[in-house]
Amino acid sequence: MEEGVVNEILQGPLKDIFDSKQLITNVSGSGNNWAVGYKVFGSQYQDQIVEKLRQTAEHCDCLQCFFIIHSMGGGTGSGLGTFILNVLEDEFPEVYRFVTSVFPSGEDDVITSPYNSVLAMKELNEHADCVLPIENESLFDIVSKINQMVTSGKPGTTVKPESLVTLNEGGIKKKLQEKPFDTMNNIVGNLLLNLTSSARFEGSLNMDLNEITMNLVPFPQLHYLVSSLTPLCTLADVNIPPRRLDQMFSDAFSKDHQLIQADPKHSLYLACALLVRGNVQISDLRRNIERLKSSLHFVSWNQEGWKTSLCSVPPVGHSHSLLALANNTCIKPTFIELKKRFTRLYKKKAHLHHYLQVDGMEESCFTEAVSSLSSLIESYNELDVTKGLPVHDPLRLNIVI
Amino acid sequence: MSIVTVQLGQCGNQIGYEVFDTICRDLHNTQGFCCKRENEVYQASCKEHFFNEEKSGVPIARALLIDMEPKVISQTLLKAAHSGRWKYGQHSHFCQKQGSGNNWAYGYSVHGPKHEESIMNLIQKEVEKYDSLRGFSTIMSMAGGTGSGLGAFLTQNLRDAYPNSFIINQIIWPYGTGEVIVQNYNSVLTLSHLYRSSDALLVHENDVVHKICAKLMNIKQISFRDVNQVIAHQLGSVFQPTYSPEDSCQYRRNPLGDLMASLVPHPEFKMLGLRNIPQMSENSLAYTTFAWTGLLKHLRQMLISNAKMEEGGFKDPALYTSWLQPSDAFSEWRTHRAFNKYEKLAALVSNSQFLLKPLDTIIGKAWNMFASKAYVHQYTKFGIEEEDFLDSFTVLEQVVASYCNL
Repeated sequence: MEEGVVNEILQGPLKDIFDSKQLITNVSGSGNNWAVGYKVFGSQYQDQIVEKLRQTAEHCDCLQCFFIIHSMGGGTGSGLGTFILNVLEDEFPEVYRFVTSVFPSGEDDVITSPYNSVLAMKELNEHADCVLPIENESLFDIVSKINQMVTSGKPGTTVKPESLVTLNEGGIKKKLQEKPFDTMNNIVGNLLLNLTSSARFEGSLNMDLNEITMNLVPFPQLHYLVSSLTPLCTLADVNIPPRRLDQMFSDAFSKDHQLIQADPKHSLYLACALLVRGNVQISDLRRNIERLKSSLHFVSWNQEGWKTSLCSVPPVGHSHSLLALANNTCIKPTFIELKKRFTRLYKKKAHLHHYLQVDGMEESCFTEAVSSLSSLIESYNELDVTKGLPVHDPLRLNIVI
Repeated sequence: MSIVTVQLGQCGNQIGYEVFDTICRDLHNTQGFCCKRENEVYQASCKEHFFNEEKSGVPIARALLIDMEPKVISQTLLKAAHSGRWKYGQHSHFCQKQGSGNNWAYGYSVHGPKHEESIMNLIQKEVEKYDSLRGFSTIMSMAGGTGSGLGAFLTQNLRDAYPNSFIINQIIWPYGTGEVIVQNYNSVLTLSHLYRSSDALLVHENDVVHKICAKLMNIKQISFRDVNQVIAHQLGSVFQPTYSPEDSCQYRRNPLGDLMASLVPHPEFKMLGLRNIPQMSENSLAYTTFAWTGLLKHLRQMLISNAKMEEGGFKDPALYTSWLQPSDAFSEWRTHRAFNKYEKLAALVSNSQFLLKPLDTIIGKAWNMFASKAYVHQYTKFGIEEEDFLDSFTVLEQVVASYCNL
């Protein structure tokens, strides 16, 4: 809803990819206000949005899914973004909606981000098929780690430059900033590439996007997936013994490689998917699953809950890579933290008037949103309680012959 | 005399390709270890079952490729054409863009009815090319969405449309530790539906084949291609021509029918398993000699490896259930001609309790998941309700109980 970012893209090296008919901009911006994004711009641009969506969808032989990429803390991405989520559900009910959401970190510069995030969470709870949360803090940590690896200068650790997961040749040249957003965003770009690789390329065990929701969402509300990408870069040393391959699998479960601040290894897994690209065979995959599964906690009704896929084409600069998606209760602390920050503001009614003065916004919107978040946290609590308890198999049907 | 192979889903198509490739390679094998005339009769019989002759001389496989997304089918067609020795028919495939999302309900209730007419028409056109159709062999996996869901729907339709033809389903039993998280649900639903419409279910377990690749064939980095080739080899050894019982100079005219007549004496018992020896890497072949007594003893051992038995050969009545005579229960099929580089080869197709444990395990895991209602909403979304699940569980518990009682 403001022109600066879109204009920069249109002047950059990727300008030819985007059709001007596919752009909608405004001048004023949403003022970091979810209500403005959702209620004001939502109703103002609804027809235009639906029209452009229909036009683009008509070009597809078979539309399978929409990707929504936004942040939760601001106004446009959060408000208008979740409004569009609703529109997609109404207009294209059978098409899957995947949402990549950037969650606000602890030291966030937008004061009202807790309000925006919680209001947006209610929409994600009810209308998204699958959400991949990302946190800037984790991205930043990964970028620092890579920089360390590149500049460490240890013998045998020269890195192949084109293999960096943060590589950004087509990006916009920006002056040096405090936070290297372009490099961080590249990681998310790679996440989406790996997610769709099996649908775009051949492999011995393909996995389409609709299989992700089928296998990783056991109950409709629990559709938040923690993601991790490995390897972060390839060493220039060409010899890749199987140990290096196995290291890739181990890394995928370490908390340093997750794209949100979470530790899946010490929480409960509901389901896990491994999307492997490159020269990896089924025996390597099975060997690593056998090796790792004893150190992970799976829910009692899904003790062997692994979904796997093998795609033959590796990403640029790597010989193989792994994307791990986990439906894991380690995401609960993120939500609890969000609720805490929301309550801190809401108790004092701070900044509330900015929202309430928007047509259609009432206090009930806030209470409903926070109760939706609470019930989500409660669902994860119920599952966590079962962790580590002895498993009793339910009685089977008795047949009389 | 012809058998139409229907390849369903990614698994079915990948394996189907390997099966035809193996059969074709065996066909052109120069080391038949038998006289020339014998070889020619063998080749003619094989071609009659599996291939159509074309003017250009390149045999066309009697197969239909069906999948709900295009990548695998296009690859399979290309690979076959590139081999130069055989190919698939130009119009023998059907595919869509969407895929089934590993959802049995989607394959069965959405894709099935939607594409029923087109697929049945395709089958009809293929069948019309033959003088006499003996039966259908479908290749599918149980774990996914297309092979399992659409496969079950299609088998029902085939049974209704061709009541006098045999239907044997080659089922790929998934690895125990997941390829697909909902594989147990998909397997339970598939097996229960197939049991009603199919004549026999020939099962290939991924775990077992994987072990064969690792231990017997010494393959270090096992790929799906290796697994599929072993399955193809096993299938080929069963389906290739053998002598008919009446006349040991004539080849069997109806292998599929005869196989099922002898192996499925009672409709409650339809699960067949396949064991094949020897299996070894190509390098060891040159250094090994074979003897029939050794091979057959080994096979018998494999059959009864869960029970403590005395020596007795295959005619031992203790091997068989009390309501069958050993002479009815056991039949031996032979041919002089060698198969696929092995000088001597023995395959055992059995209807026995050895599948009881894997079946029981899958039912247990699926029931466990069902008790907490996990993933059930994904199925109810497309019309498979909880009652359908319960029906399927009941059918399979019945099968388990029947086999237990043998």
